[in-house]
Amino acid sequence: MRMLINVAETVVADALRGMAAAHPELVVDVANRVIVRRDAPVAGKVALLSGGGSGHEPLHGGFVGPGMLDAACPGEVFTSPVPDQMVRAATAVDAGRGVLFVVKNYTGDVLNFRMAAELAEDEGVQVASVLVDDDVAVRDSTFTAGRRGTGATLFVEKIAGAAAEEGMPLERVEAVARKVVASSRSLGVALSACSTPAKGGPTFDLPPGELELGVGIHGEPGRERRAMMTSHEIADFAVDAILEDLRPRLPVLVLVNGMGATPLLELYGFGAEVHRVLDERGVTVARTLVGNYVTSLDMAGCSVTLCQVDEELLRLWDAPVATAGLRWGR
Amino acid sequence: MVAAAGLVEREAGRLTELDSAIGDADHGANMQRGFAAVVKTLESEPPATPGAVLVTVGRQLISTVGGASGPLYGTLLRRAGKSLGEASEVTVPELQAGLRAGVESVRELGGAAPGDKTMVDALLPGVEALGTSLDAAAGAAEEGALATVPMRAQKGRASYLGERSIGHQDPGATSSALLFAALAEVAR
Repeated sequence: MRMLINVAETVVADALRGMAAAHPELVVDVANRVIVRRDAPVAGKVALLSGGGSGHEPLHGGFVGPGMLDAACPGEVFTSPVPDQMVRAATAVDAGRGVLFVVKNYTGDVLNFRMAAELAEDEGVQVASVLVDDDVAVRDSTFTAGRRGTGATLFVEKIAGAAAEEGMPLERVEAVARKVVASSRSLGVALSACSTPAKGGPTFDLPPGELELGVGIHGEPGRERRAMMTSHEIADFAVDAILEDLRPRLPVLVLVNGMGATPLLELYGFGAEVHRVLDERGVTVARTLVGNYVTSLDMAGCSVTLCQVDEELLRLWDAPVATAGLRWGR
Repeated sequence: MVAAAGLVEREAGRLTELDSAIGDADHGANMQRGFAAVVKTLESEPPATPGAVLVTVGRQLISTVGGASGPLYGTLLRRAGKSLGEASEVTVPELQAGLRAGVESVRELGGAAPGDKTMVDALLPGVEALGTSLDAAAGAAEEGALATVPMRAQKGRASYLGERSIGHQDPGATSSALLFAALAEVAR
């Protein structure tokens, strides 16, 4: 396994030092693993805080900045951060109007953020939390830990981030975030397994010539394994799986997300197929984003996320944003 | 606890290997990081009572392990430690009562029932067998961990595998059995 690293133990710290060097507009606390926008706390503004395992870059550190997150807490690779990080970040960004935690539905993230919310409240920080669970690959949620949080996290962080930037109070920002979660669905497809630095090799076995439909962002298996399909066929499968669950009556935001090892050439081609299926199914596209945003280390493959948007959500989506991973309008 | 850290260190590779089959291949590394921090803390500021040791270790695990294992093991040991109180020595029945309270809080936090293919499947039989002896507890926890092999995971990341989780031993139950083994080893 060839990786551009020193040793597995320092991968996250090394990456954070590099982020600090590349982005002077961020304050990167390498020792305590907290990334904060330099102008935080922003007076009069609700703060947004997210975090999760590393290995999904640019999520979440790459989405810290005006119009999106105020702080991010990266954990070890694929491991949730610890409550100490979150409490430190929450107290650093709270401007007295409260902090919204954006949490992806994984047992570790849920437990650590729950503990952090209690501890932060002990320190006088008002905390609200929103749980992102958009992955339609997980169907029998009573027999699992429930739907996973994947691509919709970007929509939640961007749109709720814009709501906070407009000066909305905590309960309104929280309501906007919940609306985005309720309006979003995703499905992922893996063309290869990912390799974690700790293991030094693939975390699951996906034979050449096969693909995993409904894969999670840690390479967790999804619905089924099949012989390799064309981009056309994958788009049909993914969009139909989403539309089975979300029947949009309004235009949708489309995220065609690369998992880390699939080139943009392929992602754009896949994006065209996604547009074709949506057109065939009578769904109007409001905006489309194509790129690597919620990755899984070196996994090849992609995910599709749709978010049904009314005028308010679309206005907040279009609002300016200035982060390392997402930037427009300013 | 130092013995537990030693066992975790020795078995980290196996835990990660088990986790790679049905999880995300980090359980060994996470536990190793947590227990290495535990040993450092216990050396630099040794707590005065067994209860205080467990509370300190629990807090350290929450602060360093991450994932689901950090809060779950941290809560287990903190609750057990609090239940032991200020006593300078602890009998086996007292330890059993403390750990029972700890396992109860783990079940509340994680929402797992026996048979869900989690650490609970090793912790519960281990704690119950403590009534007989520490060796019996270690044996029962190990059996409990082995018994997770045919189970279908209902909680945590392995749950997404559904049927495909069957046939693999649960890494969390395995590390729980290791902690009981360390307890028995120290008593011997």
